[in-house]
Amino acid sequence: MDLGCTDEEEEFRARLKTWLTRELPGLPPRPDPLDWPARRAYDCGWQRRLYDAGYADVHWDASPTQRLIFLEETELAGAPYVGANFVGLLHAGPTIAAEGTDGQRARWLPPVLRGDEVWCQGFSEPGAGSDLASLRTRAERDGDAYVVSGQKIWTSHAEVADWCELLVRTDPGAPKHRGITWLAMPMDTPGVTVRPLRTLAGSTEFAEVFLDEVRVPVENRVGEENDGWRVTMVTLSFERGTAFVGEVVACRRLLGELARTARKNGTWDDPVLRRRLGRLSAEFRALWRIVQANVSEAQATGGVPGAGGSVFKLHYSHARQELYEAAAAVLGPDALDLGRDWNLDRLSSLSYTIAAGTSQIQRNIVAERILGLPKGR
Amino acid sequence: MDFRLTEDQRALRRGVRDLLDGRFDREALRAAVDSGGALDRDLWRELGAAGFFALRVPEEEGGVGLGLPEAVLVFEEAGRVLLPGPLVATHLAAGTVPGAAEGDVVVTAVAEGLVPWLDEADVVLGDASGAVPVRSVDPLTPLHRVPGDGGATGRDGGAAGPASGPADALGEAVLLTAAEQVGSAGRTTDMAVSHARGREQFGQAIGGFQAIKHLCAGMLVRTELARAAVRAASLTVDPVEIAGAKLLADEAATANARDCLQVHGGMGFTWEADVHLHLKRAWVRAELRLPAARAEEAVAAGL
Repeated sequence: MDLGCTDEEEEFRARLKTWLTRELPGLPPRPDPLDWPARRAYDCGWQRRLYDAGYADVHWDASPTQRLIFLEETELAGAPYVGANFVGLLHAGPTIAAEGTDGQRARWLPPVLRGDEVWCQGFSEPGAGSDLASLRTRAERDGDAYVVSGQKIWTSHAEVADWCELLVRTDPGAPKHRGITWLAMPMDTPGVTVRPLRTLAGSTEFAEVFLDEVRVPVENRVGEENDGWRVTMVTLSFERGTAFVGEVVACRRLLGELARTARKNGTWDDPVLRRRLGRLSAEFRALWRIVQANVSEAQATGGVPGAGGSVFKLHYSHARQELYEAAAAVLGPDALDLGRDWNLDRLSSLSYTIAAGTSQIQRNIVAERILGLPKGR
Repeated sequence: MDFRLTEDQRALRRGVRDLLDGRFDREALRAAVDSGGALDRDLWRELGAAGFFALRVPEEEGGVGLGLPEAVLVFEEAGRVLLPGPLVATHLAAGTVPGAAEGDVVVTAVAEGLVPWLDEADVVLGDASGAVPVRSVDPLTPLHRVPGDGGATGRDGGAAGPASGPADALGEAVLLTAAEQVGSAGRTTDMAVSHARGREQFGQAIGGFQAIKHLCAGMLVRTELARAAVRAASLTVDPVEIAGAKLLADEAATANARDCLQVHGGMGFTWEADVHLHLKRAWVRAELRLPAARAEEAVAAGL
């Protein structure tokens, strides 16, 4: 057990910190959260700066420890998060890198790294949420193209995306996991209609995507036909493994801000609230250690993060919701004012136990894959 | 950075597990319960000979010369099998109280107004004068209560704020107790899973039902969270981190024992099942070193 960093890793950290100190003051002002084109431009501008500085592929090529350091230091410095590039950098990109042909990697990966092209994810459907493998969007082969018809939902960044990583059913007769194919679909193809969905926080974070006889070239298929489920699992475990590293750092910073606010407004004198903040702080400290354990494991095995990511996500998503409940207790009546910090985040946090696999699905994964309990109902 | 156990640490853990499986199996545990709380001096000396108490005494002084991270692994194993006796106090006294390192002398300490194993101990650290016996909830931890404040340390831990610098012996006692809690939490998880795989109702193993599965998954999450916290604290030796680790380890041990009891159904409520022994010991460990309220205050003070 060793939590220290090697000289090489410390050098990586020092170089990154120097760069962040120099680069961040020159960033343009943050865009209006409701203005998606502006958000895309902002997020892609940040990605371009990372690219020019040699940090663009940190999510793919750097060692797990370097990736951890990158996410930790950028968050501590208050740098932008991946934002609109989330799917490109953390979902579609890693999938293409792992499963794509040389030609596909050359076509799709560089624009993601440069911040030129944005991806969205077309996985969930109105009838296929937790039971993703029951998806029904049909793709029928017609010469050198698939003709795709169906409906996707919860598609983040759909309004501003250039590409969609799309799961379609190519063999309706096969068992549900075996008839699925992974396609890269240009969002400007005729037959694609995007309808934004308004979340309970009032914003349009994601959309429904309607597909009406959309022609997707066969050469846009990653992996074999009907092998899309396996191809997809690579991305999903990636998401649960490292996608939340920066957010744990952010939560720990928020706890510090909460304590400062509570000391100022007198709520710190309430031992119940104070102890509640103490407990949350212990939990987020431990979550950070779990991240380090998962990263150590990934570093040693060279594999993508596995079921350990589910253990992390289960507690993290719950703890983060509790964090905003505690924030509301610190704010008192001000918790009802959406103009105050934290209150919109409190609303957004309600999705954390649902998105990227509900807590109930995560518990099934932990029980079946780690503890070896039988599959069942 | 590599947070995984080293090859040596894995070997140490294996060695301790083998020793305890051979010398303190379930039969020995139940015999200890039936004996009404007498300490097995032969076992104590064997632990001493194996280096359990001298683990962190420097090699040049006849010890094993290992550190707190290794001690945490060893105490996790002790907690797993519910090894009885004032293990933490004797371990911490090794090197200062003659005979403690070898297992010839049993050392206990006053903590939070309580003294475990007072009648069996050869040496008592702290002021135990006027101590009166308690009908201990845990059949494997005889307890005395010290009148008055009774040496309860730092009752107002929140106001005092976190200590700076590395943890003292008190902090080490807290951390090693937390390690025992983690071991117990891991064991009750295993017990629940094993029962859920074997027990059939409605024509299937009950572990196939999500209601049971989700209880078990929650047990694993609590254990992993506490384990990561305890191991990290053994490396940083930061008092706030130790307090946080104890808080989570107490929660893991007590909540897991209760969930394990629930998974066992009616059998879990019997004296015959081992579940209650884990729950009762977990309650004792939670109260004996840095109870939850003060642990929470200590972590809050670090914010």
